[in-house]
Amino acid sequence: MRREPPQTLGDYLPLLFPAAMLTIFFVVPFGTMIAVSFFQRQQGGFYTPAFVFDNYARFLSVFFGGVLGFSLMLAIIVAICCVVLALPFTYMLTRMARKVQVVWLVALLSILSLSEVIIGFAWSTLFSRTAGITNILVALGIMAEAKALTPSFGAVLTGMVYQAFPYTVLVLFPALVRLDPTLTEAARTLGASPLKAFFTVVVPALRNTITATLIMVFIFALGSYLLPQLLGRPQHWTLSVLITDQAIYQSNMPFAAAMAVFLVLVTLGLVALTVIAGRKGEAA
Amino acid sequence: MTSIFRKAYFFLIGLFLSLPLIVVAGVSVNQKQTLAFPPQGFSLSWYGEIFLNPEWRNALFASVTLAVLSAALAVAIALPLSWFLWRRIAPWANIFQLLGVAPFTLPPVITALGMLTFWATVGFYGQPWTAVVSHAIFFVTLPLVTLSLGFTSIDRSLVEAASTMGADERTIFRTVVLPLILPYIVSGYAFAFVLSLNEYIVAYMTVGFTVETLPIKIFNALRYGYTPTMASVTVLFVTTAAVIFGLVARFGDLPKLLGAMSSDGK
Repeated sequence: MRREPPQTLGDYLPLLFPAAMLTIFFVVPFGTMIAVSFFQRQQGGFYTPAFVFDNYARFLSVFFGGVLGFSLMLAIIVAICCVVLALPFTYMLTRMARKVQVVWLVALLSILSLSEVIIGFAWSTLFSRTAGITNILVALGIMAEAKALTPSFGAVLTGMVYQAFPYTVLVLFPALVRLDPTLTEAARTLGASPLKAFFTVVVPALRNTITATLIMVFIFALGSYLLPQLLGRPQHWTLSVLITDQAIYQSNMPFAAAMAVFLVLVTLGLVALTVIAGRKGEAA
Repeated sequence: MTSIFRKAYFFLIGLFLSLPLIVVAGVSVNQKQTLAFPPQGFSLSWYGEIFLNPEWRNALFASVTLAVLSAALAVAIALPLSWFLWRRIAPWANIFQLLGVAPFTLPPVITALGMLTFWATVGFYGQPWTAVVSHAIFFVTLPLVTLSLGFTSIDRSLVEAASTMGADERTIFRTVVLPLILPYIVSGYAFAFVLSLNEYIVAYMTVGFTVETLPIKIFNALRYGYTPTMASVTVLFVTTAAVIFGLVARFGDLPKLLGAMSSDGK
């Protein structure tokens, strides 16, 4: 049976349920959120329909600028760390036996699916004074006494790299599997060391993939909403944490919605960049 | 790459990935309610606590119910959509594919906030079923991606043959398409199930004040101090995810599902 355009109205029937669900429960909520971002906030957590820009005007404060700058910087550092760690890892993984690959993929998927709550809890345990790694260092005689490593910027960064690393590997995996193995073989035959072949052949061949992956991991890291809260101090809070805080604890829905709309715009801009980077990759 | 370098690198990455989980597993077998590693004494009572303590048991029950139902709803949305896109030429319908992938691409807090404002506006805020719908929409991406991949791997000449032999649309779907697509339905369901089980922010923003799922329970418990049950629940979650993905890998083609082979058809 060939693919054919729908002929009768009945041919559209299978589309009805998915289309209705996605429209009612995704498009409408999204629109509601945009509408609320222009609403007027009332005391006591309520808001009334209006059309004001007050919620957006609040962005123009030093505090908000600081949070935005910090969120972007943190996400960039996480993206760079993840790609630098994951690129050689994924490259070597794709050259391993299939069985080994599957074991690693299962492990990576399991960690990727872990709740941020659980990742935050696990790292705060590992960085704690009573059960943390410093105890091991003390036992080895490297440190004098155990101490807590959290809350700190390093703890936030480690937790977020931990969360985003499996994602990075899974994004890189398809591109690296498809990479022509004769490329490196040629380099090796011509006398390049494995390390040199990796940096002079593999990395340049994957330039566009790397750019696209950096942007995707950046977006992923931008979405982290709990780790900065669980592992960092208030000055380490990101835009996602602030949105949750405003919506739930400060009951300021219009402001939370305005920040969310802003975050969507930043994300969409970056997705557009990814697509452009991808197009260029195909053309090259 | 030299093999020693490779082994060392994989060992370090493996250590980084497993260290927090090893410590948590160690903490979970402490004899007393202390946060200590290496564990002091040995006891599995904190695993029993998940099922014996009514608060944790209710949270476990709420999480599993939510995951079972929302993953089923996600598949129910994804299956007709991906079938339609495979069977028909209707470029404009791709917009729904895009809508299905969007919630998962955007930062999760955005979907969560959208759901919160929506349910609050229509007046169902806090009803347990709203979390099922919200999770189904949030995770519909996963069955949608696996099913689209599954449909592209179906050999159209099989369907053509059935059609020539006189089978109607319904019979073809039941006897040819469904058996071929079933592994992809199962893996799509499995992905959505595991992620729903672990999801925190969407559940918290929709039903956080009325229902306590396990991630919400762990977060609330974290704020009021520490109990080793959190550690045992964490171990339970990691094990569940590993078993489910292990089964998907055992009975399906994991590297293919993850897109490794997606260029082979071209």
